[in-house]
Amino acid sequence: MTLLAEVTGSIGSLGYGLAAIGPGIGIGIIFGQGVQAIARQPEAYGVIRQNMLLGFALAEALALIGFVVPFVFGK
Amino acid sequence: MSADVVLASGGLACHLMSGCGFPAPGAEIFQFNALFTFTIGSLTFNVTKITVLTAIAVVLICGFFLYAFRKPKLVPRGAQNVGELGYLFIRDGIAREAIGEEGDKFVPFLFAFFFLIWLLNFWSIVPFAQIPVTSIFAIPVAFALIVYVTWVPLGIYKQGFGGFFKNMMFPPGVPKAMYILLAPIELISNILVRPFTHSVRLFANMFAGHLLIASFSVAAFYLISASVVGLLGAVASFAVAVALTGFEVLIQALQAYIFTLLAAVYISGALSAEH
Repeated sequence: MTLLAEVTGSIGSLGYGLAAIGPGIGIGIIFGQGVQAIARQPEAYGVIRQNMLLGFALAEALALIGFVVPFVFGK
Repeated sequence: MSADVVLASGGLACHLMSGCGFPAPGAEIFQFNALFTFTIGSLTFNVTKITVLTAIAVVLICGFFLYAFRKPKLVPRGAQNVGELGYLFIRDGIAREAIGEEGDKFVPFLFAFFFLIWLLNFWSIVPFAQIPVTSIFAIPVAFALIVYVTWVPLGIYKQGFGGFFKNMMFPPGVPKAMYILLAPIELISNILVRPFTHSVRLFANMFAGHLLIASFSVAAFYLISASVVGLLGAVASFAVAVALTGFEVLIQALQAYIFTLLAAVYISGALSAEH
């Protein structure tokens, strides 16, 4: 089999870049909507902030898994 | 190679002008040599910096709260004020918000988690400690396992074995045909993925933060040389390392909060079926 193209070197960093796209969009939506919700209903600040941070943590975990996997499995 | 070896072998002796490549820190800065070992039966225990820092954190937390509440007064003063502030934050901010009135029973559980994780994270920026203990994967795994073996039996006890899995796998308000797809996904995401992400979230945050600070600190040292570009780069790297340290303070508290909040959310889901 002839190779047409090959990627060598730190492929984990490329993986991290790909892994960060989705969570980046997600975190932007979460905080954007969260700030909008607080502006519309400031008295519900406590509940909104808690749910905002919860959603942020769930989205952010994906990017962090992308960051850590090259260190753990990459050789 | 352990962190001690990296420092001792002159890994930091590299400079821009001396022609050696940038010694980028990697996963090896999270490994430590044993300070001493002892054996119980056939098990050998290695006591490292991590073990010592964990023990100090436990002693500090127990010591502080025993001191704060040694003679509780109706009108709190001094340390008791701080202790009550911490208690109220967990009770009103996490337990009652996430679980409800029943949450008061779980305040000690959540309280211990929050303050232990916060202090273990905080070691990251304490001079001479300078390693977030939670960036060693075994430690968040142990914490997540404790939460896991709490909420799963609790859910089975409260909702019954069949009811627990039925409520988990068949959430109401979904078209019947969707359950073929939804039920296995819900089962896997709740039973397998949940404890994994719960521990990895904390581990990865502290790992990434520590690695970033280490990278910029090493870069600041590496770039110091007799050239304008090198000096400017060193100053910039050092400034970024300081700024990241400040950012880490925020992340440490946030991650301790999120870990505790998620534990509370899991317990709340176990206590009553989601509506």
